[in-house]
Amino acid sequence: MSSFLQFLLKGIAVGSLYALLALGYTMVYGILQFINFAHSDVFMLGAFFSWRLSVLFKINEPSPVAATGVLLGAMALCSLTGFLLERFAYRPLRRAPRLNVLITAIGVSLFIENAGQLVFGKNVVQFPPLLAEHTFEVGGVRVRSVEVIAVVTAFALMVGLHTLVYRTRMGKAMRAVSIDHNIAGLMGIPVDRIISLTFVIGSALAAAAGLLVGITYGQIKQPADSSWVLYGLKAFVAAVIGGIGNVPGAMLGGLLLGLSEQFVAGYLPSELRDAIAFLLLIIILLVRPNGLLGRRVVEKV
Amino acid sequence: MVTTPQAVVRSLLPLAVAVGVAVGLELLLGLLGFYAQKILFDIGVNIILAVSLNMVNGFTGQFSIGHAGFMALGAYGSIVVTYYGGYALFGDVMMHSTVTGYALYFVSILVGGVVAAGAGLLVGLPSLRLRGDYLAIVTLGFGEIIRVVLQVSQPVLEPSEMAAVPWYEQPWHLGRSLGFVHSGSYNTLGWTWTAVAVTLLVAYRLRESTHGRAFLSIRENEIAAESIGVNTTRYKVNAFVLAAFFAGVAGSLFGHQLGAGTASRPEEFNFMKSFEVIIMVVLGGMGSISGAAVAAVALTLLTEALRSFQDYRMISYSLLLVIVMILRPQGLFGTHEIWHLLARFRRKGTR
Repeated sequence: MSSFLQFLLKGIAVGSLYALLALGYTMVYGILQFINFAHSDVFMLGAFFSWRLSVLFKINEPSPVAATGVLLGAMALCSLTGFLLERFAYRPLRRAPRLNVLITAIGVSLFIENAGQLVFGKNVVQFPPLLAEHTFEVGGVRVRSVEVIAVVTAFALMVGLHTLVYRTRMGKAMRAVSIDHNIAGLMGIPVDRIISLTFVIGSALAAAAGLLVGITYGQIKQPADSSWVLYGLKAFVAAVIGGIGNVPGAMLGGLLLGLSEQFVAGYLPSELRDAIAFLLLIIILLVRPNGLLGRRVVEKV
Repeated sequence: MVTTPQAVVRSLLPLAVAVGVAVGLELLLGLLGFYAQKILFDIGVNIILAVSLNMVNGFTGQFSIGHAGFMALGAYGSIVVTYYGGYALFGDVMMHSTVTGYALYFVSILVGGVVAAGAGLLVGLPSLRLRGDYLAIVTLGFGEIIRVVLQVSQPVLEPSEMAAVPWYEQPWHLGRSLGFVHSGSYNTLGWTWTAVAVTLLVAYRLRESTHGRAFLSIRENEIAAESIGVNTTRYKVNAFVLAAFFAGVAGSLFGHQLGAGTASRPEEFNFMKSFEVIIMVVLGGMGSISGAAVAAVALTLLTEALRSFQDYRMISYSLLLVIVMILRPQGLFGTHEIWHLLARFRRKGTR
């Protein structure tokens, strides 16, 4: 029973990070209908920017203020990356077939990975201890304070995004653009600016996820390591499971994926963990192609 | 269908030329150093991979990024045949340079291709009903599932252990993440380039056939194709299975190559390998057979030439990919073949 609770907790911790990343995928997909393969690289950059920022400001001991500062700094830098990405790689292809955009996204992703490897080196980086590490025992279950903080931060950001998308004028504009670019443009919505904004927000969330991953695992692998892309792909799968283009769906999908991974890794050979996401994806696409919370889309001729 | 003897001869001519080239390479084998052999081998395998992926991504306009998964299945499937099958046949796991040994290798290539094609059918049937990028992510996921499953397989059996394990359980002993360490390096340049020739011919003949035209119609406009009675799902699955077969063949060759394939590790078949093939297809021009082949040759040679600048290699490739997508989205040759372009060039010259 206690191992069950342990998996449950761990699943929520991992799942909330997937959810945070999935939001970036789902927002871009909702608006531009393509998989932003480079999102996993923005996520990776988030982790590396936080590392560099903490080295730059010589943060050697845990302090919540410094951690918040690093978080905001990394979010700002990643937002800039996301903005540039959209401006110079995706915007020239706005009217191109979707396949071309997808290929470009793969190209951009490979570029960031390999350039990152050149800049940040090929070694595993020890992540600075931005937050104090405590471990509690609750009912036979070990709880790490950093995991709790990660979950809380992730949920706070998700609630913030949800408010932004469903309660503000800007969010309304985003939803309008995702329904139809042209008509949104006719209604006086600055489509290009809204798309840029989507990338900026998604990238900021990815940066937060990157920092949280660094804090939870204590070390980060080199930029071109395939685990980053895999993490991103799983987050995309989470977005599809929840229903692509749907903000609460991405959160639900992320949690579901995190939980199923932890339970599979706990009760079956742990190597299978990497396969479960894609298995889930195939099942979901067969049974409910629009995801758990997605709406049916009719193909237009 | 009217067939004259001349037509038969003419249609067999390309195959004869190709086999001639392959045999020539085989005879030259002694003159080539190990390095030259390895490059010629890499080029051959990459041509097969690129041209076969082109059947799905280029002809049919679908987007598969799980080609490495099919390659892995081919490699492991064929090694199982030469290793465990070889043990059943000869009583040891050494390489046998006899007619029987090479016959076994030939069978293993076919088995590798068929295993991959079977997997292609299994993935294709449900997922080809999906649109573009969903298909992409499913194929990518499938490739990853294959890799993970190979990693949880059992260690390779030593000959002394084989008697204890029933034959139907042996194919599951694939060497986990260490890879399948085996001893049969059956492959030579003759085998490789014969396979290249067959792949090129099949791709070309396919595109000129009724089947191929159906593929192209799906690429141009799926809804229109469906409305004139093309069974789009069936043809998409066909393209997928055929491409998987040749990826499996490429894997079989790869798995039996001395040096590169002495251990086929699951890690070698991850999505980076699929991306490399995609880059070849996209740069060459989606739909152009010679384009894919030329890109495969060029990128393989470039990789070798840039070996000392390895850190910059993928940076330049990826940048190239993005720039080509923005400036020349149809790829270098578009859907044209190299001889179309040459002909146009010649016409301009005479004018």
